[in-house]
Amino acid sequence: MSSVLDKRLVFVTGKGGTGKTTVTAALGLIAARQGKRVMVCEVAEQSRIPNLFGLDGAGFEEVELAKDLWAISVDPDHAREEWLRFQLHSGAMAGLLNSSRIFSYLAAAAPGLSELVTVGKVWELAQLERKKTKASPYDVVIVDAPATGHGVAMLRAPKTFRDATRVGPIASQANHIHTFLADPKQTAVVAVALAEDMPVNETLDLGGRLEEEMGQHLQAIVVNALYPERFSGAEAETIAAANGKPSPAARAAIDAALSEHERARAQRSQLRRLKRDADAPVTTLPFLFEPEIGAEQVEALSHDLERRL
Amino acid sequence: MLRRKEICVCAGSGGVGKTTTSAAVALGMAQRGKKVIVLTIDPAKRLANSLGLPELGNEERQVPIDTGDGELWAMMLDAKRTFDDLVEWHAPDEQTRDAVLNNRIYQELSNAVAGSQEYMAMEKLHELHNEGRYDLLVLDTPPTRNALDFLDAPKRLSRFIDSRSLQFFTSGGLFGVKVFSRGTGVIFSMLKRLTGVDLLQDLSEFFQSFGDMASGFRERANRVTDLLADSRTTFLLVTSPRYDAVDEAVFFHHRLKDAGMPFGAAVVNRMHELPAKGNGVAGEVEALLGPGLGRKVASNLEDYRRLAERDQLSLEALRKRLGRKPMIEVPDMEQDIHDLEGLTRMGQYLF
Repeated sequence: MSSVLDKRLVFVTGKGGTGKTTVTAALGLIAARQGKRVMVCEVAEQSRIPNLFGLDGAGFEEVELAKDLWAISVDPDHAREEWLRFQLHSGAMAGLLNSSRIFSYLAAAAPGLSELVTVGKVWELAQLERKKTKASPYDVVIVDAPATGHGVAMLRAPKTFRDATRVGPIASQANHIHTFLADPKQTAVVAVALAEDMPVNETLDLGGRLEEEMGQHLQAIVVNALYPERFSGAEAETIAAANGKPSPAARAAIDAALSEHERARAQRSQLRRLKRDADAPVTTLPFLFEPEIGAEQVEALSHDLERRL
Repeated sequence: MLRRKEICVCAGSGGVGKTTTSAAVALGMAQRGKKVIVLTIDPAKRLANSLGLPELGNEERQVPIDTGDGELWAMMLDAKRTFDDLVEWHAPDEQTRDAVLNNRIYQELSNAVAGSQEYMAMEKLHELHNEGRYDLLVLDTPPTRNALDFLDAPKRLSRFIDSRSLQFFTSGGLFGVKVFSRGTGVIFSMLKRLTGVDLLQDLSEFFQSFGDMASGFRERANRVTDLLADSRTTFLLVTSPRYDAVDEAVFFHHRLKDAGMPFGAAVVNRMHELPAKGNGVAGEVEALLGPGLGRKVASNLEDYRRLAERDQLSLEALRKRLGRKPMIEVPDMEQDIHDLEGLTRMGQYLF
């Protein structure tokens, strides 16, 4: 897993609600501690990582959250405009084209264009020679990518466009980006999962789809929010067999303990299944009994994750 | 809430139990004597999973379960095939149909693109509703980051095929006589620089053949939008008590309202229920289970209580923002729900 952070680009995806954003932020902190210049990148108008650090959301500008840890939120509109500027070598022409009705229809006609320009910008951020003038390179760019299905769609957008356009400037550029994304030496895909039936299935499925559609593979799986194993099987039996007449509050304590035990056990069996069937190394993060995840929690998780790498 | 409804759309952000809720709603209504179909466009087999089926295809499949007079059906929508069917339906002649179906732009876009899936889900919903073979259609919406993308899908498509966009490509033909105004000519030459001549030619062909079908598509897209806003439709907003999910639910509710879509209820999954309070619990369980184990049980309860208190706060926040709309709480269950028995258990809270 630590080798994941030696790539230029890390795509963090997985089923919705598994904690991709938190894991992205934690990976960012680890890489920054290793002395790297790090960019954590959110897409699709999301900007939650700066909030985790108690800061306002980032826009399309690259902002520094902490030493060597940078953030950006890549939205399709800005990405498209910047892409046009690079292509036409002129801001004025890009503005003219971008605001023309014909172009906006075309952009809508090609629904994958949003994904393409977004992933194009992500690629640009990960280049040692930045296209953007006066921009400094990053050692690693970590992307809080959309959930599994849309995440894969985004990753393969350049391939889709290359195949659709065959020849011409878009095709050659799309091919260039696709080659980078499909190269496991440059780009790593990390899945975040929960130790539950459906997230495990989806993670296993994701591995297959990456192979099939991109020739890529999962390089690491992070199983998030794993319950602690507080009670041994024998202890659970003792609790279940507790005699006497407990008060309602004590009854609640006993029930909570038993249900916790049940949950932890079910999670362990899902975790075993994932480890058995997945081709990538599996790392775990503990469930946090905290009302909210903030800077402190992400920091703690990042140390936890770093130890387990 | 579902009385006299013919369509139930389950929407919400990812990981909140949308698919499970859709399946539980469908099963519950089937158990109440209705003929119900639950639809998904999610290829990740989540729905098949929760119904205990090995997989689902593009065909309607009956779930083998005894529901008395009711029937439960399920189907996974294939966006590409739905799109092809539509082209076939709208094409004025075979030549146009083949020109579109064989156009490379069409093939790539209809296949791989996330945006077209949402629209095709709506389209299929419309078709099934028209056929009237089911009492209730339940739609499990795709887990997009922006859970609302699908609401705009019909509008986006009709805008795209709006005749004005086609004029550019069809008036006089792209490579025929030059009839562009000066402004259009500039735009065109920039486009050519961007895409190369080949792509522009493909696009031109695509639009020209699609042009004949534009009005049919537009009309249908409008009907789909109307159907979503119809009083026979209801939206269930599925969420969890996590603060970020609640934020999205509130945002979603606003969007529904703005779009004039009928909001039915919010379903809050995975609620931790507040445990009973009492003094000296720690002492009591220690006396009951011995000091070591008793302490662990007591501290486990404290952790659990913190989660339950957070959930209550989230729920309050949601209630305030949603006004008097119904809210249904479903407790966090120890076991994952991935079979009909689990769905029935969940249904007890929904109905």
